[in-house]
Amino acid sequence: MKITVKKGLDLNIAGAATVPSDSGAVSLVAPRRIAIVPDDFVGLTPKLDVKEGDSVMIGSPLLHDKVNTSLKVVSPVCGTVTAVVRGLRRKIERVELVPDSGSAAVKFDTAGDVRTLLMESGLWAMMRQRPYDVVPDPSSDPRDIFVTAFDSAPLAPVLTFGMQNASAELDAGIKALAGLTRGKVYIGVRSQSDIPPVAGAEIVEVAGPHPAGNAGVQIAAIAPVNKGETVWTLDIVTLRKIGHLMINGSVDPGVIVALTGGEVETPHYVATVPGCDMESIIGAGLKSLKDAHHRRVISGNVLTGQNVGMEGFLRWPYRQVTVIPEGDDVDEFLGWANPGAGKMSVKRSFIGHFLSGKKFNPDARIKGGRRAMILSGEYDRVLPMDILGEYLVKAIIAKDIDKMEQLGIYEVAPEDFALPEYVDTSKLELQKIVREGLDYVRKELA
Amino acid sequence: MKGLKRYLDRIKPSFEEGGRLHAFRSVFDGFETFLFTPSTTSASGVHIHDSNDSKRTMIIVVLALIPCFLFGMYNTGYQHWLAAGASEFPFWSMLLYGFLAVLPRVVVAYVVGLGIEFVVAQWRKEEIQEGFLVTGILIPMICPIETPLWMIAVATAFSVIFVKEVFGGTGFNIFNVALVTRAVLFFGYPAQMSGDKVFVATKPIFGLGGQVADGFTGATPLGQIATATGSELHLENIAGDPISTWDAFLGLIPGSFGETSTLCILIGAAILLLSGMASWKIMASVFAGGLITGWLVNVCATPVYPASFLDPVDQLLLGGFAFAAVFMATDPVTAARTETGKYIYGFLIGAVAIVIRVYNTGYPEGAMLAVLLMNAFAPLIDYCVVQANISRRMRRVKAKAE
Repeated sequence: MKITVKKGLDLNIAGAATVPSDSGAVSLVAPRRIAIVPDDFVGLTPKLDVKEGDSVMIGSPLLHDKVNTSLKVVSPVCGTVTAVVRGLRRKIERVELVPDSGSAAVKFDTAGDVRTLLMESGLWAMMRQRPYDVVPDPSSDPRDIFVTAFDSAPLAPVLTFGMQNASAELDAGIKALAGLTRGKVYIGVRSQSDIPPVAGAEIVEVAGPHPAGNAGVQIAAIAPVNKGETVWTLDIVTLRKIGHLMINGSVDPGVIVALTGGEVETPHYVATVPGCDMESIIGAGLKSLKDAHHRRVISGNVLTGQNVGMEGFLRWPYRQVTVIPEGDDVDEFLGWANPGAGKMSVKRSFIGHFLSGKKFNPDARIKGGRRAMILSGEYDRVLPMDILGEYLVKAIIAKDIDKMEQLGIYEVAPEDFALPEYVDTSKLELQKIVREGLDYVRKELA
Repeated sequence: MKGLKRYLDRIKPSFEEGGRLHAFRSVFDGFETFLFTPSTTSASGVHIHDSNDSKRTMIIVVLALIPCFLFGMYNTGYQHWLAAGASEFPFWSMLLYGFLAVLPRVVVAYVVGLGIEFVVAQWRKEEIQEGFLVTGILIPMICPIETPLWMIAVATAFSVIFVKEVFGGTGFNIFNVALVTRAVLFFGYPAQMSGDKVFVATKPIFGLGGQVADGFTGATPLGQIATATGSELHLENIAGDPISTWDAFLGLIPGSFGETSTLCILIGAAILLLSGMASWKIMASVFAGGLITGWLVNVCATPVYPASFLDPVDQLLLGGFAFAAVFMATDPVTAARTETGKYIYGFLIGAVAIVIRVYNTGYPEGAMLAVLLMNAFAPLIDYCVVQANISRRMRRVKAKAE
């Protein structure tokens, strides 16, 4: 099966990491500290399984869901819990660990129920479901399962790196998932040759610009989510981990991360674990500062990532770290009159629009003031789904659940509105609006 | 520039809450963001934003209006010289005359409109919205050059307050603010706003220009058509010579200040389309609607409606049709917002403009009314397009259930 995404936008940003020749060429990063943030597992109401001072192994539960107690988030390392950081109203902000040199892992029983196994091993929490873009409801019966095997976001790492010799794990993963759905397991790839031949899944080749790699875009092109249906989404790295668990009975905690962005001296791949601290990943990898400008350290890409800062951690589900200039110290005189040779824009009033080969190093400024929606059709141009983005956003702001349903809120995730948010002349916070809309509908219909 | 920035930063506190000049916060804020792009960085969602913003968008539209504006200056002078019966036409004097004639109108429109914007922004504790940058230059361009200043002031104030601000400001208005200003003038002061005197500047300014003979007639081509009888159309300029299609294309005819030259309007259209600030779908379908309707009325031409004898191409060149198609119909806030809707919206504007022009001799110019009418219908068009999307989705659910 082949699909071509026509609408979208590939941003020319400097600092792409070169793909290493083989897995051996990826430098290992041993984290000094680890933090697991419950908020990253949207839909989960966290209850602690550990307290400060506890020792944990790879695969030991750190948190579980309040309602579905067997749904767990597990430790990616052997070590000691050093802190449980709480925020307002004792909300758990993060669980911090210091890893030790051990490599003991919890052994799971692979003979039993696959659902329970996935939930106990923490892999369930790594999947998402549509509607609502949350951790799948354990009682849900997915119509289909969609696996994305590439990330089309700016500077994104190659997800299929090192997959060529993992066909046994991929097969085992697909087999496990296929048993959980009456429909199909789809794998969206850039090219058939990116992954080794696998059995039991429908391979879909996806062409076109970002957001071609978004699960939502692929679902919309293959079989859109209707009201009352549930589909699950995950990426191929998680699929491989599921396979690893089915074969070995233990969790493979590793993650390959691309360190990217215009502020990075030599963008490269590193192998580490989720939750790794930024200082360990970045190290001394940033360009030396000529002028003392501020920087923004993002866990993830420039569109959907989290601004975590140098003292932050690698958050779930990101496999990328991007460092860009912050820009709050830039005073641009008469910016609106600038012909814009150095400016990124989809609009042809900037010279930068025509410099197709140029790599930009944009900063994090909003570059304008927030306004009501003025220009029309901007979102549609970068939203390759049969969704009227502007009207859906308006329905969300108006909290009109009927309209949201009718306009397709069950088909979208906040990430699908990242490009519309980037191009928006009125600088509205679309991803935030969509996230709030999804949470609102989920709460009201629960 | 560092010094200026430091100065702004120093005086900023007195404009903030509790400061001595707090009453002028919106004014200060407007100037500060005009001079320096705000260095606010993104707090949620995407970390990088497109460089285009509302200011840039509006400036590009103003830029697209400049060719029409310059030509309007020249044409105002030219028509005056023609009316004064001059035999030679000094270029710079005519241009200067036109500039001096329009300047007070531009100043009045901006002072009144921006003044209201500043007050409202202060009151709502919001940033100044840039919408009026475009509206303020549009108003003098779509009014006859001899419109009294106080009328412009009253009409501008009326439309900014009752057409824009009461709805919530730029982005929320249903009707095009500049066009409502024109409509207020047209319906509120019909005696002063129609006839054959108002479209040509008649008095010398600072000694420039000459005295106009009392008996001259400065009727616009559409004004002449509206009063014509019989099946023969003779369009004449002020000096009594016939007007050719070429004159109408270049714009050397009496008419509202900025909308006579189709050539300059096309240059503006090119700027808007190349920069991606206006929708080609709307523009193209307005012209298509005008051409097809113009052809239809021409086929069924009857002496009862003299304008039906006009060639379809002349229909597009005369009056404010082209200007409305390029600058008025494409106003994104008041136009249809769905992509399919834009074709329908544009086509109907073109069609209705010609229908009003031809079959309602009371209003020689139909473009203004057509755009305002379709402004009112744009939400309905969008509603139908959105419903089509919704029923596609609902059918999918149904097909599944069966």
